[in-house]
Amino acid sequence: MQNKLILPELGEGIVSATVVEWLVKEGDAVAIDDDVVEIATDKATFNVSAVCDGKVKQILAKSGEEVKIGGILAIIE
Amino acid sequence: MVNNCEFIDWGVVDYAEAYQRQKELVKNVIKGGPQKLIVCEHPAVLTCGRTTKIDSLLAPGSVLEKQGIPVIKVDRGGDITLHSPGQLVIYPIFNLGFYRRDLHVFLRKLEQTIIDLLSGFGIVANRIPDRTGVWVGGKKIASIGIGVSKWVSYHGVGFNFATDLSLFSLIRPCGLDVTMTSLQKLSKNEISREEVLSRLKEKFRIEFDLKYL
Repeated sequence: MQNKLILPELGEGIVSATVVEWLVKEGDAVAIDDDVVEIATDKATFNVSAVCDGKVKQILAKSGEEVKIGGILAIIE
Repeated sequence: MVNNCEFIDWGVVDYAEAYQRQKELVKNVIKGGPQKLIVCEHPAVLTCGRTTKIDSLLAPGSVLEKQGIPVIKVDRGGDITLHSPGQLVIYPIFNLGFYRRDLHVFLRKLEQTIIDLLSGFGIVANRIPDRTGVWVGGKKIASIGIGVSKWVSYHGVGFNFATDLSLFSLIRPCGLDVTMTSLQKLSKNEISREEVLSRLKEKFRIEFDLKYL
């Protein structure tokens, strides 16, 4: 089963955020609530956590890339 | 809604030590512990946030070494900044679930707290759009950069109370060509650290609906 790691809502009027650093790589095992990627907006960084246990199948947004809220950051299976 | 909070003054503490302590407190707040409002000062240190530009550090390594000022990469938003004694560093370890889970609203509330604090000293401070921080007459008095994990905040505000402003010449603060100022420089009267802390604590209480334990 595949799960999408989505960039969550970060606040009113925030339409996108920038990927700063991946804390995992493709193939790594992750557990629910593990911080997997750090993103930034304005003067805030935010750690996006895994929403399920699994393995990182594919990273879809590289460091430095801007991603829209609701956009897919990675696939976890 | 009233949110429980512990107010803690760490005094002067090494940056790396304070960072480790923050991380422990973040874990505690994530588990449901009371929020913490930390104030402290750091021996001179330059910290590079996640979006530090290559030309933000002006001083050569040899100068920094001579002055004993370390440069540390940190996981907060923003560019380079300086901490040194006389600057009050404020670390709100807060649950953003109490504040609409909104990163920008939280940044604006931190700015508002400092604006209200300065207002109490008769100083008119304001925001500049797209330049997070607090400004007085175009000069920057407080820098802000936060990290958030599981909707709990860390890092925070560097408020120039009685900072040696000459040290800012080592960097382009926040990656901008700005002039820094301090409360002590702007004030006609001598203000004690205790008085600033007491008023700061009260402004945070009002802005963030805190109940101190």
